[in-house]
Amino acid sequence: MASETQITAQPLNRALTETKPVGARQRVANFGDRIFYLVARLLALFVILLAVLLVLDLIRGAWESIGHFGLKFLVGTSWDPVARQFSALPVIIGTLVKAFLALLLGVPISFGSAIFICFYTPRWLRPVITYPIELLAGIPSIIFGMWGLFAMVPVIRAIQIWLKAHFGWFFLFNGPAVYGVGVLAGSIILMIMITPIITSIAKEILLTVPRAQIEGMLALGSTKWEAIWKVALPYSRVGLFGAVILGLGRAIGETMAVTMVGGNSFAMIHSLFDPVHSMASLIASEFTEATYSLYVSSLIYIGLVLFGITILISLLAQWLIWRMSKGKLAMLD
Amino acid sequence: MDKHYRYRKFVERANWFGMLGCISVSVFFLVAILGYVLVNGASYIDWEFLTAIPVPAGESGGGIANALVGSLLVVALAAVMAIPIGIGAAIFINEFPTHGLGRAVRFLAEVLTGVPSIVIGLFAYALVVQPWGGFSGFAGSVSYAFIMIPIVLISAHEALRLVPDSLREASLALGIPKWRTITGIVLPVSSKALATGVVLAFSRALGEAAPMLFTAFGNSFWNLNLSKPIATVPLLIYTYATGPYEDWHRKAWAASFVLLVVVLLTSVLTRAFLRGKTNE
Repeated sequence: MASETQITAQPLNRALTETKPVGARQRVANFGDRIFYLVARLLALFVILLAVLLVLDLIRGAWESIGHFGLKFLVGTSWDPVARQFSALPVIIGTLVKAFLALLLGVPISFGSAIFICFYTPRWLRPVITYPIELLAGIPSIIFGMWGLFAMVPVIRAIQIWLKAHFGWFFLFNGPAVYGVGVLAGSIILMIMITPIITSIAKEILLTVPRAQIEGMLALGSTKWEAIWKVALPYSRVGLFGAVILGLGRAIGETMAVTMVGGNSFAMIHSLFDPVHSMASLIASEFTEATYSLYVSSLIYIGLVLFGITILISLLAQWLIWRMSKGKLAMLD
Repeated sequence: MDKHYRYRKFVERANWFGMLGCISVSVFFLVAILGYVLVNGASYIDWEFLTAIPVPAGESGGGIANALVGSLLVVALAAVMAIPIGIGAAIFINEFPTHGLGRAVRFLAEVLTGVPSIVIGLFAYALVVQPWGGFSGFAGSVSYAFIMIPIVLISAHEALRLVPDSLREASLALGIPKWRTITGIVLPVSSKALATGVVLAFSRALGEAAPMLFTAFGNSFWNLNLSKPIATVPLLIYTYATGPYEDWHRKAWAASFVLLVVVLLTSVLTRAFLRGKTNE
């Protein structure tokens, strides 16, 4: 008996464990798989290569200016192409002030819209309300700039003149009110541009709040707003903060609209009405006029600083949203 | 008790109106912008505007045909570069998921979507324009491609993720090699979603002006040669809008109208297309 089983088991074992000579078809299949894998992997690696190239190329382009000014570039306040003096502090501050003002105006609007869509709108109506907001997000920056320059700036100018006449003693309103373009106009156009982005991310995050928790609050006799204020918002605060940070990143990197309505002069901010460059608008408006290599290199240096700031902000937002959703949501596109 | 209750009711109501106000602000700006572009732009558009090239400032007539063709050329070349890279990398991330490399690439793509377009323009300038020795449509394409790659990659990854594993397993169980499974089954099944991502990236690039400033640069004449400076619609709008002539401003509005129609129409149509898909 024992010998019999051994005899029958042996070919079976061999069939299972030993590699048979591979047929030509199968070899082709394996070869195809391997090639396919390698090509896909190569393309994935190419994305990494591009990112590395981006950083290296910016550093290479800015190298002359980095060698010339070093880190003092970041704290100096003069921009004088004739005297070959370049530094970035006023534009860094200008960019940040405009972006934060835009957040200050835009975040309440975005959160209000997102809460309204998530908790006060019947499901069938949601797309109808979300749709225009998403359309707004799809409009190119240059058209915001165009609209801002011709439609919004005259209105803002009138408001500025009125504010200066009545509240001119207040330091924020104590600037030149004649231009219309300036910090205020730039901030408002940025607000319009980042609101749809923050709204749609905040909406996605608020929809992840467990329904049972809100219904529990309502069952205990709370009003809807109390349920939102005491349960939904605390539950999703990390993700909402991530949405705000993402909006900040967009506001800081935004170029064309700010170039057109921000009022481009290289100066420190003193009031809301000052025309002030941001980093992106300085690059956009002076790059093609830069006549010598140190000038070009300094502009690329500013681009490098801008890149660094947006990358930091983007990493922070990624981390917050990832922490919130544990890697489940991917809505950063 | 009653007073307190009424106060809570009031807060509820007040917040409701406040939030409705918030939505109205967004909708108001959308309507204001669309309306303004429509009113100022549509009236200027005629056959000549779409088919003629710009005339010197001060003369009447002329159009933006060279910029329309230039934009399409530059974005098309960018798409040719971006689509294989984006979709190929997405296939790698999704179909060979044991690799930590995949997660790194996906993460990187998400970070890259946050890079300001003007910085991408600088990158293309340092990468292509400086070594080449002059502005060119090709440099513009490189910068557009760089904007499109992360968008295509992320949306393609999401599209591939939606393909059920049972399809892949069924195919592999039939002895079909993995690469045939991917090219013959996974990609066709997700083709609609893949196309949506590509079209969205396309329309996003079409509206970007900032990277064109120092790559494609612009051109007031006919040019189909991508190794030379070439006109694009967004940059033409910028030049005309910030220029001193009344006629230029009108042309900028009309060009904005054309750009807006193309961009929004693409987004609306793709969405309708995708909705058809999810209903199936």
